[in-house]
Amino acid sequence: MNHLLRSHAPISDAGWEMLDEEARTRLTSALAARKLIDFSGPHGWDYSARSLGRVSPLKATLCEGVSGLQRRVLPLVELRADFELSRAELRDGDRGADDTDLAGLDQAAHQIAMAENIAVFYGWGGAVVGIGEASPHKQPKLGSAIDGYPGLVAGAVERLLCSGITGPYGLALGREQYRMVVETAEHGGYPLLDHLREILGGPIVWAPGVDGAVVLSLRGGDFSFECGQDLSIGYDSHDDDVVRLYLEESFSFHVATPEAAVALKP
Amino acid sequence: MGFDQYHEPPEELPAATRTFARLCASLTEEAEALGWYEQRIAVETDPEAVAIMRDAQGEEFKHFSMDLEFLLRRTPRWRAVAQGILFQGGDIVEHGEEAEAEAFDGEGSGAQGEYEAGSLGIGSLKGVAR
Repeated sequence: MNHLLRSHAPISDAGWEMLDEEARTRLTSALAARKLIDFSGPHGWDYSARSLGRVSPLKATLCEGVSGLQRRVLPLVELRADFELSRAELRDGDRGADDTDLAGLDQAAHQIAMAENIAVFYGWGGAVVGIGEASPHKQPKLGSAIDGYPGLVAGAVERLLCSGITGPYGLALGREQYRMVVETAEHGGYPLLDHLREILGGPIVWAPGVDGAVVLSLRGGDFSFECGQDLSIGYDSHDDDVVRLYLEESFSFHVATPEAAVALKP
Repeated sequence: MGFDQYHEPPEELPAATRTFARLCASLTEEAEALGWYEQRIAVETDPEAVAIMRDAQGEEFKHFSMDLEFLLRRTPRWRAVAQGILFQGGDIVEHGEEAEAEAFDGEGSGAQGEYEAGSLGIGSLKGVAR
């Protein structure tokens, strides 16, 4: 048994299969960043930092004629989303109920996926430098006029090309922006979604947590998500009525080429 | 009904490993079916029968590919190697050696890319969206 303590939970094998599958389904739809950036790992829960290949000078000398340097590393961050499930509902699931109430898990999955997206696209208080804050490019405003989207996305692609960043390119769209794009047909009935795909040469991703949009290169090597422990469900505690579980992951994120993305404000 | 896809006692295996084994068994069955259809088509002389078997073989191409994609998504180390080999021009063996070296270089104990018990095994989703 590892630190997730899953075997201590009052949950059957079939129950765990149901929870894991539900979590996978919910997470896969919302984990936008992973659909656009490089992923490595998992390296395990005990993996704590990524090497940056850089050093900092050490001013203090230990003895004459000897200098020193300190290696710089990027520490991993942890995300955790706690939730509760009714034990009666889980027992009904074991009996074959196909409408088990897993709302607590669903909400936690959405929240932790959104947190991962925000950390990657916008950073996390100094612990993670995000794509948007690293990008040196101007951040144009999308505005409320949906017919301006093709011009703005094409402009972002052109800016990347000017910086020597080759495609294909992907587009992460915030919830409101995504809804507007998928519901819009341009003159002649051509779906805006298809038009934008042709400009990008790559995918358009629904990205909860993104405020506006981000255009970025998918050529690889520019944005690196390093996974310690990938998303897992662990056990915390239980009583007669509920079992308390959590979703958890550890990761670092590194922008190797800041100019390989353009953020667009809402 | 037997459970031949399990090499170890199923009750001792984590759920994710049982799913992995099921899909490996399914992948094997699809590959076998592809080979059988190829042989039947090669000896059949009735064009109508050949057309039906070609259509059926097309289904197996789809099934095999879906099984493979599922397994690659859940197994990042396998996916990393496959990405260096699949859909590349040139020397297949050379790509295989390079992909293996690139995927496992500096891996040390071999822990990288292996999912710990309890992991949802989501990994990279690049290539999933369109």
